[in-house]
Amino acid sequence: MAQMNMVQAINSALDVMLGRDPRVVVFGEDVGYFGGVFRCTDGLQRKYGEHRVLDTPIAEGGIVAAAIGMGVNGLRPVAEIQFADYIYPAFDQIVSELARLRYRTAGDFCAPVTIRTPCGGGIRGGQTHSQSPEGVFTHVCGLKVVMPSNPYDAKGLLISSIENEDPVVFFEPKRIYNGPFDGDPHKPAVPWSTHPKGEVPEGHYAIPIGKAEIVRPGKDATLLTYGTMVHVAEAAVRLVGVDAEIIDVRTMVPLDVDTLCTSVCKTGRCVIVHEATRFSGFGAELSATVQEECFWHLEAPIQRVTGWDTPYPHAFEWDYFPGPARIAAALRGVMEAR
Amino acid sequence: MTQSRLHVPHPPARPGEKPDFSYLEIPPAGRAARPDTLASALEIEQLGTGMVRVLDEHGQAVGPWNPHLEPEELQVALRHMLLTRRFDERMQRMQRQGRISFYMKSTGEEAVAVAQAMALQPGDMLFPSYRTQGLFIVRGKSLVDLMCQCLSNTRDMCRGRQMPIMYHWAEGNIFSISGNLATQFPQAVGWAMAAAIKGEDRIASSWIGEGASAEADFHHALTFAAVYQAPVILNVVNNQWAISSFQGFAGGERRTFAQRGPGYGIPGVRVDGNDFLAVHAVTRWAAERARARGGPTLIEHVTYRAAAHSTSDDPSRYRPKEEWQAWPLGDPITRLKEHLIGLGEWSEERHAALEKELEAHVTACWKEAITYGTLSEGPTLDPVSMFEDVFHEMPQHLKRQREELRRLLAEQHAAAQAAAAEG
Ligand SMILES: Cc1ncc(C[n+]2csc(CCOP(=O)(O)OP(=O)(O)O)c2C)c(N)n1
Ligand SMILES: [Mg+2]
Repeated sequence: MAQMNMVQAINSALDVMLGRDPRVVVFGEDVGYFGGVFRCTDGLQRKYGEHRVLDTPIAEGGIVAAAIGMGVNGLRPVAEIQFADYIYPAFDQIVSELARLRYRTAGDFCAPVTIRTPCGGGIRGGQTHSQSPEGVFTHVCGLKVVMPSNPYDAKGLLISSIENEDPVVFFEPKRIYNGPFDGDPHKPAVPWSTHPKGEVPEGHYAIPIGKAEIVRPGKDATLLTYGTMVHVAEAAVRLVGVDAEIIDVRTMVPLDVDTLCTSVCKTGRCVIVHEATRFSGFGAELSATVQEECFWHLEAPIQRVTGWDTPYPHAFEWDYFPGPARIAAALRGVMEAR
Repeated sequence: MTQSRLHVPHPPARPGEKPDFSYLEIPPAGRAARPDTLASALEIEQLGTGMVRVLDEHGQAVGPWNPHLEPEELQVALRHMLLTRRFDERMQRMQRQGRISFYMKSTGEEAVAVAQAMALQPGDMLFPSYRTQGLFIVRGKSLVDLMCQCLSNTRDMCRGRQMPIMYHWAEGNIFSISGNLATQFPQAVGWAMAAAIKGEDRIASSWIGEGASAEADFHHALTFAAVYQAPVILNVVNNQWAISSFQGFAGGERRTFAQRGPGYGIPGVRVDGNDFLAVHAVTRWAAERARARGGPTLIEHVTYRAAAHSTSDDPSRYRPKEEWQAWPLGDPITRLKEHLIGLGEWSEERHAALEKELEAHVTACWKEAITYGTLSEGPTLDPVSMFEDVFHEMPQHLKRQREELRRLLAEQHAAAQAAAAEG
């Protein structure tokens, strides 16, 4: 096993897949020669050549449209959108085309495209480098939606995404590219080498899409979360000192309802945490699912801790970010309810 | 049978190689004809392939595009360009010291924004990109205001909501800078259409980088501008690079960016973007045309991004360090300065004095700006203000969230005070 941060793990997944499968092509803005603005594709063009690792024009609609065309013509495109905040010019191609191609042609055409895109805040990026738009895509039928929370999962899930027959939108929480983050920006940064999930096999392995993971077993309450917030939730649980079960959802579509609801039925208390805005966010889907599946086991109203319903404000990043204090308050809230 | 093969554009030189701008054909200054402002797009197609240049290699203004500006105006231009450069340098330094979170310089391309803002009327509406800070400087926005925006402090025009450099200025008729590339281009066309609908004589102008011209919004802008003959000037600032991608990745290998205009029925003019006089003249021409119901013009400014893309970028990874020195169109500030000296209207001594004066001005502005707060030191904006302006009137759910944040901040404050009392 090797020590990898999330950038290296993603790079390794792409490397493995480019090496194994000649149909895999990787492209996006600044992805080729430069190796990506976050360095996720560093060295890949040198290794696999310019016909497999490509720079593209600055046109997200064009990138996804071209990916669809390549997918239809037998390739396995992995397209990078430089920031999730810049995915919207591709919205029509993703929603109207990529997601529905299989359905509208009764399976005669499909495009197994993976769209990788960095998401989330905490890097002083303001409203155009901080968004978490996963909920926008989970609402679209025909897309799989994935967000890893650590290097090991990032590699295994990305490999699964590329091997998947369906289109996948793969969100990479950029705040944790270099190390886990517990929500306290004043603490010194911690590298992934301090975390067990920073140990990553060099070769091929897959983590199935549609499987959540119990990150911390517990019996008093269930915390459902994903991405950066997994680590923040862990900090909140330490803060409150309850025996909470933390579940990393990992794949939003398809959702591992069994793992999630088994836990909530066991604990009877549920807090949902994501960085994205609250209103119609993915937490609403989680909350509805838990309510439908676990109603008779619930001891307290389900709570959601999310970003506020405003654009991500540059100056108030840490007042906006749903940090450990807010999660802890929600956790205490569900524990106190009777 | 032959197999098709993918063409992948290559920049002429990568790090460690000798800079090579031989792909750029540079006609001598004064050669391009200056057509009637109402000439048809087709008639003047050659303006999109050549390059309008006024300042020759001796710093003399030559040819039909010479705008014959008064020396006083040129001195003002020099001041604006120098101030832009000094401001950029200071802000970059402040970013390096951790005083602001991010910055983008316009070094080497100051003539574009400065000449164009000077050639347009104050009532004309500008839709800027993030590398046209000279527009704000010419129109008289105080440096303190710009700095306060970069500082996200209590005097920030964006009230802490935007990253540095995402300025706007409603009274100065400058629209908000977006982080999403190219969006402003078709918006400027819409603004110009409204001016025409209302029967005004104001026109709009917008700027994007050559890289961003690949976005669909570029096509939307040109189509709408052509269909409605909107009074708008659409500028592509071709500074050769879009982060690590050279202009070939935006289609520059096959056609000039100006040449795209005639495809839509819009005149395309290619101009030496480091030649203040040429940029000024071409802008005047396009503005006259727009005001005379001649419709839109597409201008390509050939220039060079001398600095890194932003403070997050390291260009030594993808282009030769010496490229800026080798750039054949020179430095716009030096060129205007030499022209003025040639006219007997400037001197090295006056230049040095101006540099000193502007440096002191920037220092004074910075000193004032930080009294309104910095990222780390007060005074600070009230975080609960983040809920304002999402809507015209705040809906219930936002009011509730605002209360929740208020409570949270009060708790944090109380906890901090308690800790301070103990410690
Ligand atoms: C829609 C969108 N896609 C991608 C980006 C990321 N990005 C910011 S600037 C930039 C390069 C733009 O280059 P160019 O248009 O040539 O302008 P320049 O920086 O050279 O002035 C990129 C890719 C963005 N801001 N918005
Ligand atoms: Mg550029």
